[in-house]
Amino acid sequence: MRRTPLGAHELDATDRAILNALQVSFPLSPRPFAGAGAALGLSEGELITRIGSLKEKGAITRFGPFFDAAAMGGAFCLCAMAVPADRFEEVTALVNAHREVAHNYERAHRLNMWFVLACEKPEGIEAVARSIEQETGLRVLLFPKLQEFFIGFRVDA
Amino acid sequence: MTIDATERALIAATQQGLPLTPAPYAEVARQLGLSEDEVIARLATLQARGIIRRIALAPNHYALGMTANGMSVWDVADAQASELGAKVGRLDFVSHCYLRPRALPDWPYNLFAMIHGQTRAEVEEKRLQIAGLLGEACRAHDILYSTRILKKTGLRLASAGD
Repeated sequence: MRRTPLGAHELDATDRAILNALQVSFPLSPRPFAGAGAALGLSEGELITRIGSLKEKGAITRFGPFFDAAAMGGAFCLCAMAVPADRFEEVTALVNAHREVAHNYERAHRLNMWFVLACEKPEGIEAVARSIEQETGLRVLLFPKLQEFFIGFRVDA
Repeated sequence: MTIDATERALIAATQQGLPLTPAPYAEVARQLGLSEDEVIARLATLQARGIIRRIALAPNHYALGMTANGMSVWDVADAQASELGAKVGRLDFVSHCYLRPRALPDWPYNLFAMIHGQTRAEVEEKRLQIAGLLGEACRAHDILYSTRILKKTGLRLASAGD
């Protein structure tokens, strides 16, 4: 995934209008590009071409249904560890070796390693966390989600 | 919440994205041996059940200049945590907002909100907005900036037997 900003000239007003409108919703109908395009003053073909080119430029990370991973049956848990600086690379390798570690970030804090465990069953979370503790000799703090709030996040393109 | 085999196949076929063709749901239907009507009806049902949150396009916020982000964390009085969490989640610069257990004495914070902005200064300014919104219900707060991505894999539906 692209992590650097696009140049100002790489997106025109139409691209920005597409990004702003379609991040909210995309029609669930037989000809969705025709419907969404009409609202933007674009033909079905123009909208398809534009979305394809936005994907190629890295301006879009995903286009389609967004799934609630937990609702699909998986179990997820945010975890944190306080890793001594001189052991950081070694512990990173031990943690990342677990395929259940979906992503892992170094953060500027005493708790300096934050990762998400993704397991098929809830009991898997505890088991992986305990095995990371045994392998590293460090505590793994578990921060399971107790409540998730509706998100109003919008990117102003 | 359970999903049947057809729903599982539908999720597997669309989790990488919809095809960029005039009739994308018909194309998914063709791949799965279903009718277009059935694919549309089943996606609508998954959405109504909350398994699909939305069908949409996700702008790459890094590509659009939102390169700064921080995990803000808050110690909020339990009695007001749900109500205040809902308010924080609705802010347009917060991409994730959760209540999580504290881990005392190491970690007093129960409300997590990921803040995005163009610059670190903008993230800090938005953090102050949240502090103002929480008011006296917030006893302590902090923000954790990521310094390195150590691993990143997409969350994928595990295949049966995986």
